Amino acid sequence: MAAERMTEQVAVENNVAIERDVDIVTARQLGRELATSVGFSGSDLTLIATAISEVARNIVVYAERGEIRLQLAQKDGRRGIEVVAADQGPGIPDIERAMQDGFSTGRSLGLGLPGARRLMDEFEIVSEPGKGTMVTMRKWRR
Amino acid sequence: MPVPVLKQGDVLIASIQSALTDRDLLQLKDELAEKVGQFRSSGVIIDVTALDVMDSFATRTLRGLAAATKLRGAETVIVGIQPDVAMALVELGLTLEGVETALDLEEGLETLRAAVDAHRHGG
Repeated sequence: MAAERMTEQVAVENNVAIERDVDIVTARQLGRELATSVGFSGSDLTLIATAISEVARNIVVYAERGEIRLQLAQKDGRRGIEVVAADQGPGIPDIERAMQDGFSTGRSLGLGLPGARRLMDEFEIVSEPGKGTMVTMRKWRR
Repeated sequence: MPVPVLKQGDVLIASIQSALTDRDLLQLKDELAEKVGQFRSSGVIIDVTALDVMDSFATRTLRGLAAATKLRGAETVIVGIQPDVAMALVELGLTLEGVETALDLEEGLETLRAAVDAHRHGG
């Protein structure tokens, strides 16, 4: 992807290995830095960092290890940030159910994914039982 | 990084200094539930001014913390939720139901006094 080659001016290392709870903090702080360099403002920075926190915790809790990849995104002259959360964990057998919004009632699976989807502009999830899960989400500058 | 907990009269003040890991948060929860008994505290204030992210785990843990200390006879007030963090919580659909909140430490102490008084007078 062309956008990948345009990140020289920002952080060199945009991938964070996720294994322990402390990595969740590292990932969301790096995400905030990258989003700042893209030009996002205060409240958006918090939304992005929070969404990263949710998907990173998902990896720690359900897959044990994985990776968060952060990069600039560009589309139709707009700039944004793309966050990919990938793991080789057990996968999610019923994505529809996992994406159900049941936070306040506690009826969801508690994956934090519906929350992350609400905080970002775009959200895609691919999961295969036994193979792993990949969440790709983007937010565009307003 | 562990959270320093100060004892001021019958109030415990936990002042979060930096981003917390899940483990730090759980440790804070256990520590406060224990200290409330140890110091016979009537109130707990958690200052989250330094938190730039409160996700579903942090919110759930703080709710649990308040419920646990309540069962130990102390009221909890969370102070210093940043405006951006408050907006993110709303977007996430997360609430701090059943937990008192206040703008800052000063207001938190007032809220706590009122809550403790009401509690004592059978309110």
